[in-house]
Amino acid sequence: MNRFPVIEMKGISKRFPGVIANDNISFRVYPGEIHALLGENGAGKSTLMSILAGLYRPDSGTIKVKGEVIRLHSPRKALEEGIGMIYQHFRLVNNFTVAENIVLGSKHVNWGIKQERIQKETREISHNYGLEINPAVRVNQLSLGEQQRVEILKMLYRGCDILIMDEPTTVLTPGEVKELFQVLRIMSRQGKSIVLITHKLNEVMEIADYVTVLRRGKVVGDDRIENLDEGILTRMMVAREVVYSQAQRDSSPGGVILNVDNLKIQGDRGNIAVHEVSFNLRRGEIMAIAGVAGNGQRELVEALAGLRKAVSGSIEYEGEEIKHYDAKSRIALGINMVPEDRIGMGLVPNLSVIDNSILRSYYKEEFYSGWFLNYNKIRSYTDRIINEYNIVLSDSNHPVNYLSGGNLQKLLLGREIDQKPRVLLASYPIRGLDVAAAEGVYDLLLKERDKGTAILLVLEDLDDIFRIADRVAVMYQGFIRKILDVEKTSIDEIGSIMVGTELAGV
Amino acid sequence: MLKLKLIRRENESTMARLIVPVLSIIMAFGCGWIFLALSGYLPAVVFAKMFNGALGSPYAISETIVKAVPLMVAGLAISLAFRMKLWNIGAEGQIYMGAFAASGMALALGNGSPYVIIPIMMIAAFAAGALWGLVPGLLKAYWQVNETIITLMLNYVAIYWVDYLVFGPWKDPNSMGFPLTPIFSPAAQLPTWGDSRVHLGLLLAGIIAIVFYLVVQYTRWGYEVRVMGESSQAAKYAGMNVAKNIMLVMMVSGGIAGIAGMIEVAGITHRLQQGVSPGYGYTAIIVAWLARLNPFAIIIVAFLFGALLVGGFAVQIVGVSFSITQILQGTVLFFLLAGEIFLRYRLVLAREEAV
Ligand SMILES: Nc1ncnc2c1ncn2[C@@H]1O[C@H](COP(=O)(O)OP(=O)(O)OP(=O)(O)O)[C@@H](O)[C@H]1O
Ligand SMILES: [Mg+2]
Repeated sequence: MNRFPVIEMKGISKRFPGVIANDNISFRVYPGEIHALLGENGAGKSTLMSILAGLYRPDSGTIKVKGEVIRLHSPRKALEEGIGMIYQHFRLVNNFTVAENIVLGSKHVNWGIKQERIQKETREISHNYGLEINPAVRVNQLSLGEQQRVEILKMLYRGCDILIMDEPTTVLTPGEVKELFQVLRIMSRQGKSIVLITHKLNEVMEIADYVTVLRRGKVVGDDRIENLDEGILTRMMVAREVVYSQAQRDSSPGGVILNVDNLKIQGDRGNIAVHEVSFNLRRGEIMAIAGVAGNGQRELVEALAGLRKAVSGSIEYEGEEIKHYDAKSRIALGINMVPEDRIGMGLVPNLSVIDNSILRSYYKEEFYSGWFLNYNKIRSYTDRIINEYNIVLSDSNHPVNYLSGGNLQKLLLGREIDQKPRVLLASYPIRGLDVAAAEGVYDLLLKERDKGTAILLVLEDLDDIFRIADRVAVMYQGFIRKILDVEKTSIDEIGSIMVGTELAGV
Repeated sequence: MLKLKLIRRENESTMARLIVPVLSIIMAFGCGWIFLALSGYLPAVVFAKMFNGALGSPYAISETIVKAVPLMVAGLAISLAFRMKLWNIGAEGQIYMGAFAASGMALALGNGSPYVIIPIMMIAAFAAGALWGLVPGLLKAYWQVNETIITLMLNYVAIYWVDYLVFGPWKDPNSMGFPLTPIFSPAAQLPTWGDSRVHLGLLLAGIIAIVFYLVVQYTRWGYEVRVMGESSQAAKYAGMNVAKNIMLVMMVSGGIAGIAGMIEVAGITHRLQQGVSPGYGYTAIIVAWLARLNPFAIIIVAFLFGALLVGGFAVQIVGVSFSITQILQGTVLFFLLAGEIFLRYRLVLAREEAV
């Protein structure tokens, strides 16, 4: 491609207290290019793209947009230049309709909103890009995949020609990923450029034209996709070989520790999210819950952890009915849980890493003396978690939201595993982790399993299920359709149950 | 086309945090200067009077402290609730309830040992303020009723309740018609510093600030408050009882404001009277906010606000009309708040093409 780049970032540096997130980075994007940005957790990807989107200002360096040096001092300015970013946490207004969300805050709309007109406009754009969506429904009724489509439409409506997506596929089902890639291809054909941050190398190989790899804030390599493969990319990212641990299949599950019988759970909107599910969990086994997000997995896990009331049915823990126990008593019994929603539920964004490390154990005797919390002990506890679970950060007194996405996840998981759980419930434990870190988490989970912990994982990636789980329960529309032995099933079988095409022959 | 835009700052420098308020005050006085000149006063004289009246002599400073004390205590009360994102704007009413309960005790107990009477008054004031905080807290915790509206409405109930008492059953028969209760016995009056009006309440305010800080930063309950203030979801996940804590925080916040009321009647007026608080409960909201809910900053900001109030009185005495002093005070407030906005946001001049 010997056209001019649409984006040319030169010598970009950005320091945060105690860390150089971007160190003299140069980065280019050409029109119509799908550009993958890769790197380990904390490498500086989100920071670099937030600079391009006008959210952060660089300490030094210049940015040229379409050949002109531009100071991107705000997201709005960046949008005016045609640069739009979709963050991992969507920023939609839940009670507004799709169409309202799309036009909201754009400068074409000044005086009030005419429903018919905006719905028509929305329909036109969505049609052009194959982003089918009903403009009249409210956003809170959409799945995450659909919400993402709304975000993309919003950017297109504002005339973006450079779309940045930060880990867009982590919340999508395999089918939705395919659809997303289809849309990205259409956009690229129309001359729009896309920057994609992801940790999934197979996706990179499938969709990207060009790849830039960051490590510790520096560019360590960039090339056209034809010259690369997954092995080369991994080596660039982590500067060493990643040893893929092979799940030892010889797990030896013990007796049943958790027995769930006819459990019925209400969802957030008063609907029934989980209908009378029954299953049991044994010591020393990993059971995966497969299913398209939003089919009752979250509600099920929350009910087991005591964060949500069950309507009927029973939860027996070692033969004892615990349905009426609150979250604290369940932690005391050894039932630990890593929630799906990291920031907000799992962690308190503006409190320090130290404060966050005791979120689930602050009331334990070891952490206070007399009336006061004993911050000496808490601090050394935090340090131990940081070391043991390889959490990379510059200062544990900083607010936890300074941590990169992957390191947040490690903190969450480390904190729970450190409680020595007997039952561990975890939703999407490797979401957002780089290859090496994901391997680390697998190792951790397998070790826990071999110690006799019963583990229930909500997973989205079917390959992951086959690598780590012993059994898999497939959820669809609030029912557990089938519980299968991982060794005796196939990706296709699970996939078809997940989307409801195979009617469980019960 | 040139356009001005406000952009949120990524981080505020410590330098700016110190300089901006100072600049704001200077600009406020600049503005006031012009205004005074236009109204036919000699600005230099008025300002000198204002300054002298508020800070120019030991007496002036003591009067400033007298005004600052209720702002400190009420500011601390408010900031506790605000930390949990509970918008308690009912400190005014809680002050009145505290004043009412303390006065009731003082009048009922008559003379005795101050070591008994003062603590009893304090406990009563705390309880009455706490009750005034508990009502909205309860409604919020169990029925998600907006606490802002309830606390605001309860202010009127409390103010009129005190009015009723001082005009009716509690009125001093010898007051020649003024809405006042009889004066408290000496045992129900707070000791003062030398012959100034500075009373024990100042010490109490300091103690409350220190306790506040220690509790919020270093105790288990304080930890819960910090977590809940940020995210109720995380609090539930941590196994905290959110509803219980909403009520508790509202109670303690109301109770502290109640103590501010007790301090006023026991330290200054020595009786219950109409208008015991001239809006301290509202001014304290601004104090708490400018101090960013930091207990020690509240002490300092409250002192500055006390100076502003006392300086205003001082110029009234030399004949500047009440409304002018109100305007001067308003200007200072306006610039301080504006400065606060510039601290948090950046103003940029952006050139953009006409659409
Ligand atoms: N607002 C901030 N304040 C302080 N430090 C920050 C801030 N944002 C990011 N950092 C630090 O900068 C570094 C780069 O973070 P960044 O979020 O860009 O990583 P990333 O490549 O997106 O990682 P991940 O794949 O885990 O999301 C990290 O060390 C992180 O802790
Ligand atoms: Mg990131």
